[in-house]
Amino acid sequence: MQIIDAIGRSLQQVPVFADLSADYHQLVAGCGALSVFQSGETIYREGAAADSFYVIRRGRVRLEAHVPGRPPCIVDSLGAGDPLGWSWLVPPYRLQFDAKALELTRLIRFDAACLRRKMADDPRFACAIYERLVPVIVGRLAEARRQLMDLYGQPAGRSQAWR
Amino acid sequence: MAITAPLPLPASNPWQTSPWRISHVRRELADTFTLTLDPPADAADAAAAFQPGQFNMLYVFGCGEVPVSISGTAGEGGRLKHTIRAVGAVTGALQRLRAGDVVGVRGPFGAGWPIDDAAGSDVVIVAGGIGLAPLRPAVEAILHARERYGRFIVLYGARSPEDILFARDLGRWSSRLDTFVDVTVDRAAGAWRGNVGLVTALIARVGLEAEHTVAFLCGPEAMMRFAVGALAKRGVEASRTYLSLERNMKCGVGLCGRCQLAGHFVCRDGPVFRLDRIPNVFQVREL
Repeated sequence: MQIIDAIGRSLQQVPVFADLSADYHQLVAGCGALSVFQSGETIYREGAAADSFYVIRRGRVRLEAHVPGRPPCIVDSLGAGDPLGWSWLVPPYRLQFDAKALELTRLIRFDAACLRRKMADDPRFACAIYERLVPVIVGRLAEARRQLMDLYGQPAGRSQAWR
Repeated sequence: MAITAPLPLPASNPWQTSPWRISHVRRELADTFTLTLDPPADAADAAAAFQPGQFNMLYVFGCGEVPVSISGTAGEGGRLKHTIRAVGAVTGALQRLRAGDVVGVRGPFGAGWPIDDAAGSDVVIVAGGIGLAPLRPAVEAILHARERYGRFIVLYGARSPEDILFARDLGRWSSRLDTFVDVTVDRAAGAWRGNVGLVTALIARVGLEAEHTVAFLCGPEAMMRFAVGALAKRGVEASRTYLSLERNMKCGVGLCGRCQLAGHFVCRDGPVFRLDRIPNVFQVREL
């Protein structure tokens, strides 16, 4: 119970969940446990069951895509306060990237089945979770699209690169 | 807070180029290099008085002239560094020059970063790609008088780890306890242990007290558009946000009109602008 209370208090410091009600903090915290990964340790692998959802308390995590015949392609890096993983929200609940700790990383690990069950039991709770995670997903999608824009490339027709 | 007023034009004819000798060439990246230029004796004082953010017109004899921002100083005597990406005929010709060769120089021109006016505030530098070049003198000026400023944050984004400009400088700034430096790249492979993602992600994460923060931005306009949005989301007002714009410049003194942007001439009124003085610059498609 002490751990659940501690996780509930931690969630108040996590931007994405900070404005959840105290009751909902407790509901979320009830599915949580503390977790630590050493630098270089794999948190999860692509293709595995998305049975967990994480919030990074300290440290940094990178997401990698496995590309046959090439080194892993790093697609994103996340830090303290960031939620990690959303495959647990979407059937078939399979992880889409590898996640590795870049340094000693402390996380809150949430049991995805537990959260999904509570969300199914309480549509308002489910709505509150979706309202907070969907903007994160949309933001990361927008960032990924902007990365594709090659922002630092030389625009066509501009030959005076005076910067 | 006023943008630094452009320096008076050189006492000599601003249309007349003067011969500066290349004392050193440094390869920075595959397509980017830094020329260290020695001014002639009669131009040394004007050169030494440049303001971070200003630019010179560099002339390759028989080829053409391009505006290049000043990316640093090198010792006494008005010796200046210019960091250039080779993307066209003139910048390609500049890349082929060697130490001892001579280029024509006019300048310095334009309005620089409001370094003095930012004293007392927290300062956030947001740079992308080669946009770090015009900001490097500003960073060095702030570090030189570090006690005059609050928190000092440098955020830098590049395409890949191989495209990180001034890596040694970034490392040196980062090693200081009074300066926070964070770097991100758009894409990377296995060995990279830093951030991956846009520089806007760094803005979202960094601790800011918006009302006490002044932001200086320079980079490709596509990057600045999103960075300005991310700063606004954090509460940094347009009146405390400054950015350096790029337009094709010719005369350098606001006469030919080639670099006109809305009601401004980038060469004379900029290249550093306060964002609220060029509202919607990134929203108007024709600009």
